[in-house]
Amino acid sequence: MPDFPLPVPLWADIPLALALLVLALWLTATRRDRAAVIGFTGYGLLAAIAWVRLGSVDVALTEAALGGGLMGLLLLTAAARLGERADQPRPAMPVRLLVGVLCLGVTLALAAVVLSLPAPAPNLVAAVAANQAATELGNPVAAVLIAFRAVDTMLESVVLALAVIVLWSFGADRAWGARPRTLDLGPPSPALMLLGRLLPPLGLIVGVHLFWTGADHPGGPFQGGAVLAAMAALLWLARLGEPPPVSDGLTRVGIVIGPLLFLLIGLAGAVIADAFLAYPEGLTKPLILLIEAAKTLSVAVALALLVAGPPELPAPAPARGETAAEPGGTV
Amino acid sequence: MSVADAFTAIFVLLGAFFFIAGWVGLVRFPDTLSRLHALSKADNLGLGLVVVGLLPQASWPFGALKLVALWLVAVLVGGATAQMLAGAIQARAGEAGDRVAAAAGTDAAPAVDDGPGAPR
Repeated sequence: MPDFPLPVPLWADIPLALALLVLALWLTATRRDRAAVIGFTGYGLLAAIAWVRLGSVDVALTEAALGGGLMGLLLLTAAARLGERADQPRPAMPVRLLVGVLCLGVTLALAAVVLSLPAPAPNLVAAVAANQAATELGNPVAAVLIAFRAVDTMLESVVLALAVIVLWSFGADRAWGARPRTLDLGPPSPALMLLGRLLPPLGLIVGVHLFWTGADHPGGPFQGGAVLAAMAALLWLARLGEPPPVSDGLTRVGIVIGPLLFLLIGLAGAVIADAFLAYPEGLTKPLILLIEAAKTLSVAVALALLVAGPPELPAPAPARGETAAEPGGTV
Repeated sequence: MSVADAFTAIFVLLGAFFFIAGWVGLVRFPDTLSRLHALSKADNLGLGLVVVGLLPQASWPFGALKLVALWLVAVLVGGATAQMLAGAIQARAGEAGDRVAAAAGTDAAPAVDDGPGAPR
């Protein structure tokens, strides 16, 4: 619209930045756990919009799916488990002052670091752009993650598998082999069941699309896997399915297939190509797609299991808020 | 300014009006159910108008279809979550009677059967 006096796009960023600041202040000040968690989820979504405005759509997608969505769900179940005390004591004044000073210190240090960077900041953008063609990927972020810094990405997927093992080890000994029950919140409401029936088919398409399009456009295994995991969690919440027991072999294969395939192809690279995690010429794109597909599956399984929680015996769940008013008498 | 651009400007502004109205309702309405009503109205109608306004700017057919799909998902999810929240409020009201306000930790009025209430 050349002849239409549009305001500078920067103006739209001012309310966004203000909202981020105010919400951050409120989050540090509030003493109600559940309200803080919900606020944190909203903060993740606002941060995602900020990342879009900064031109990092890949980061925005990850922030929205993981920082906003799954992280919020994990914290919400944690807050529900801990129980909300109505009479939270007010922390002592020196403690509050100390927390405030520390928060302010971290913020000021970060601001000083960011503002002291030379413009343009030192980066490897030129190096990536020069070598991106070798990976046959259109998305430079994907090229960095899966080829140039493949070690980091592989270790990340290993960490995710380890996180599931750590979570499972929090279950009681007697419960080993049982299925997780954190999401058993009593009979689901009709609205939740409707959502559980209509949304997952769509989420499946979106999740797979995010993985597939990640080669050339923003997206990738992490974002796609997070969407798939969210759909699984929705199905479990709506009681249209149950999380698998921790003894389920297929689930375990799902957790490790991503990192394992990554590692095997990486090791093969040491023999066939010239280095560990190097891809042989001509097979680069197919191998990358294979790794990313397996990684999407593993990320989805691992994140869904993290949300599902540790294995528990089918005892009546402790009362947690209004949703657990009627303990889900399953089995 | 072309006709398509004028169309976009008018409908996006109309959508923005509903979002602002929804926000005012969220801040001003006295009880949780009314606030929920204001919020879902803003989501459904405001976002719908913004999407209609952006249709002439989107690429045909996939850009436009994605926008419409976004709106449909927002309507589905917004409506379902509003129902769930309202159901939770009703259930608690049934259990705890007039302890609702205290348990919610908000300034929600005990009367939960109200429709959209009047601003304070």
